[in-house]
Amino acid sequence: MIDVISIYKTFYVPHEVKALVDVSNKIEAGEVVVVIGPSGSGKSTFLRCLNRLETAERGQILVDGVDIFDPKTNINTVRAEMGMVFQSFNLYPHLTVQGNVGLAQKLVRKRPKKEREEKTRMLLEKVGISAKAKAWPSNLSGGQQQRVAIARALAMDPKIMLFDEPTSALDPEMIGEVLEVMKTLAKEGMTMVCVTHEMGFAREVADRVIFMDEGMIVEEGTPEKFYKNPTHDRTKLFLKQIL
Amino acid sequence: MEQNVSNIKRLSNPIAYILSVCGFFVLLFMVIGSVYYATVAVDYQWRWFKVPKYFIYKSTITLYAEGFGEIDTIAANKAKYDITVTTDTGKRTYTVPEGTFDWTEGDMVAPGDIIASYEGGWKPGILAKGLWVTLKISFIATIFGILLGIIGGVARVSNTPVLKWSAMAYVEVIRGSPLLVQIMIFYFVLGTTMNKILMMNGIPKLDAEWYGIMALSVFTGAYVVEIVRAGIESIHPGQVEAARSSGMTYFQCMFHIILPQALKTILPPLAGQFINLIKDSSLLGMISIRELTKATREGITTSLQTFELWILCAILYLLMTFTLSMCVQYLERRTATK
Repeated sequence: MIDVISIYKTFYVPHEVKALVDVSNKIEAGEVVVVIGPSGSGKSTFLRCLNRLETAERGQILVDGVDIFDPKTNINTVRAEMGMVFQSFNLYPHLTVQGNVGLAQKLVRKRPKKEREEKTRMLLEKVGISAKAKAWPSNLSGGQQQRVAIARALAMDPKIMLFDEPTSALDPEMIGEVLEVMKTLAKEGMTMVCVTHEMGFAREVADRVIFMDEGMIVEEGTPEKFYKNPTHDRTKLFLKQIL
Repeated sequence: MEQNVSNIKRLSNPIAYILSVCGFFVLLFMVIGSVYYATVAVDYQWRWFKVPKYFIYKSTITLYAEGFGEIDTIAANKAKYDITVTTDTGKRTYTVPEGTFDWTEGDMVAPGDIIASYEGGWKPGILAKGLWVTLKISFIATIFGILLGIIGGVARVSNTPVLKWSAMAYVEVIRGSPLLVQIMIFYFVLGTTMNKILMMNGIPKLDAEWYGIMALSVFTGAYVVEIVRAGIESIHPGQVEAARSSGMTYFQCMFHIILPQALKTILPPLAGQFINLIKDSSLLGMISIRELTKATREGITTSLQTFELWILCAILYLLMTFTLSMCVQYLERRTATK
């Protein structure tokens, strides 16, 4: 489904950092991939490259066979098929919860009003927040905001969901409710790439865990093998630090 | 919205607070009083009662004969009279109220003879007209200024050199020269050439007012570009990422996500800009547009009530700007609740 072929990315501001060095990977349809790694290891950059929020300077990413770095590709149609959830929620503060979930359906999917409202209602129910449909984002808790953000991404009927540390900005008691929604999604067969340190989540639903450090994929494997018998020294050290 | 430097309260003693309030009013009366005393000392005669007629007055209508001839008939027409006069320039009928003429049928008239003189209806005075022109010009220029500012602001933050550099050049050129000079260029350079071209193509030429509006809009627009740019840049990049990652185009993101949010940040500086616009419109008198300032100047040449009319002029500007800033404050409060 997603084919990452040897991508490189360097940031020059504020100083030169090699964010991705020769990263290759293949994500199959229906697979749940968890990406972990220390801060600055390039895991977020990797995720953001998948829908071209960052452009790699070398290498290719094929999404369903479409080269997304090709200037001839209409990136908007590719992005519409990939939902993204951010660490800082990024809900639109000038729109209500309904408005947040409905806007891209209207602008990108061109759905008629009736259909849009129906879809919005259904998704809000799914993430367990239908009572707050008319509330403003600023009146919601972090956990509620993140669930709305997930509903907003799902509203486009994406084939792939990208999660960029969805629980890192949440108070501890709210992490559970967001993970619950993500687990449901994973069990429904959604293709997911999650940058997260939630080990419980990874153990329960991930098909594969990728460990990145200094812009490279150091180790990958099934959660059991990865957490129990890491082979690489760097992985062992990292796991020791976060556990 | 009260904003304090800190919550630590000075003047916690109520008497000290009241004394401080009194101090303000004493200062106010001292300033007004000393100005008044000074004007009396130089023997200025205050005649405020002469002022209202510059807003509204009862007009006098005087009808003059147009040539040599005679009064044909004087016939009652409801409550008025029809006077028919035949002169060497033709036959005319004047309908006038009773008691405003002193003619009988067969009287001879000469050109310039007063046929009748009577009071007409209420008419707006020169200051009222000037106020209207100022309001009209400011309103139209505000709308064009906003349009130019939004287009320019969006162009300014784009990555396309043709848009970005055009916007930058526009802002730098306009902000770098005095408004008065720009008004002159718009009227005497652009106005002359454009009117000539219009006339050559058989289109009626544009009024000075329109060149004034153009100059003000272009001038204000340049400042609004920078305000809009700052507003757009104040939006968290995460908003753009969220919008673009759901497949919205650049312009959908701009008009549905960024600009509506930026509006809240740009409202206060925008209000300041339009208050400046109202005040700057006073320069348009230089190209013979009779707005409030020029109207005041003309009023003074006939009345010689210099002090009253200039003070009044300032108060009228103050009323306009104050109303505008109140409206914007109301808008700010409404958008802030979200």
